[in-house]
Amino acid sequence: MKNLISILDLSLEEIDELIATANDIIENPVKYSEKCHGKKMATLFFEPSTRTRLSFEAAMYELGGNVLGFSEANSSSASKGESVADTVKVVSYYADIITMRHPKEGAPLVASMNATVPIINAGDGGHNHPTQTLTDLLTIKREMGRFDNLTIGLCGDLKFGRTVHSLVQAMMRYNNVKFVMISPDELKIPEYLKQELIDAGVEFTETTDLEKAMPELDILYMTRVQRERFFNEADYIRLKDSYILTSEKLLAAKADMRVLHPLPRVNEISLDVDDDIRAAYFRQACNGKYIRMALILKLLGVE
Amino acid sequence: MHIDEIKNGLVLDHIKAGKSMKIYNYLELDKLDCVVAIIKNVSSKKMGKKDIIKIDAEIEVDVDILGYIDPGITVDVIKDGKLVEKRHLELPEKVCNVIHCKNPRCITSTEQGLQQMFKLTDKANGIYRCIYCESKAKHGSLL
Ligand SMILES: [Zn+2]
Repeated sequence: MKNLISILDLSLEEIDELIATANDIIENPVKYSEKCHGKKMATLFFEPSTRTRLSFEAAMYELGGNVLGFSEANSSSASKGESVADTVKVVSYYADIITMRHPKEGAPLVASMNATVPIINAGDGGHNHPTQTLTDLLTIKREMGRFDNLTIGLCGDLKFGRTVHSLVQAMMRYNNVKFVMISPDELKIPEYLKQELIDAGVEFTETTDLEKAMPELDILYMTRVQRERFFNEADYIRLKDSYILTSEKLLAAKADMRVLHPLPRVNEISLDVDDDIRAAYFRQACNGKYIRMALILKLLGVE
Repeated sequence: MHIDEIKNGLVLDHIKAGKSMKIYNYLELDKLDCVVAIIKNVSSKKMGKKDIIKIDAEIEVDVDILGYIDPGITVDVIKDGKLVEKRHLELPEKVCNVIHCKNPRCITSTEQGLQQMFKLTDKANGIYRCIYCESKAKHGSLL
């Protein structure tokens, strides 16, 4: 493995390996604190994403490495019309590994075809965001102890939410995983993804009712329902509250169920849920740093 | 030349009637020095009507482009006036600079000098996707 462009670039064994490394880092952080001494990571963020960038930068610093880069297109060469190919050819001389976020779909793939150092896709438009999926997977493994025999509820915007699409594609590769798709009719999962599930013989149901689905779930993956996704204001107002998780709705959930959310949240999880042991989303954000550390080590070939 | 008599060259047969000029353009046959014959509306048992292109020179045609345009076309190789090989086409695994990605969010819409590359992702249904953004190409949109 030289680059990480899509989560499907990784075999199940490679995912297991990354998760094992991340778990080892969590248990023995000191052992890893100088692993990337003298190495540099370039963070090329052609569109801003503070959270993702901070997570990568913290990961590199905790490995003893250094970080350089930019985080907006207008402060970079891109605003002067330089191509992705030229940018990464040049940056390959300055850094040992490149993390890239770009508004255009496929930009990190173009980067990987031109760079001489490994490329990590930190999000390309609405297309891929594999380190978010790795973060979700590490969280599921740490919270549930397994990837198989799980009923996973996905709630909110399932039509445009790319983190949901990648998570489905990653989790459907494991045994006896069932999905419950919870969304308004306007925001159901896309047809192509449904077809993939049907072709693979993976069980899934679709519902508009979060409360009804709650009791059977092992994992509830929440996403934001954005106002601009609706055709009219009336529909948005009618529907928005049904997809807000509250501690009251959580009463019907299993005791060992876990709530995940890619963050940032706006109001789709009410604050009173945060203190519930089942709320795993802040631990999830923390896991994001550790899985990125594991990924950096793997791509740099550091033992 | 009698269009039926090629000494050494290629016959592109079973072209859908009326499509021979498009094939001629995609294969850039206008760049050839040799005799090229386009025969339109030949009656065919199988197809009703078909077009045929005969090229009187031993050239290599891009069978990937041809297979993408229409895998039903056959390529006959003629040597010393005899048919020595009948090539049946397949959908190619990849096509380069034939289909153009129509997704405005795709990196191909802004990156200069980037080749348009599509990959066969579903052989049974002949579906090609852009390698960059994975958008589906409408197959057959070339003809
Ligand atoms: Zn594309």
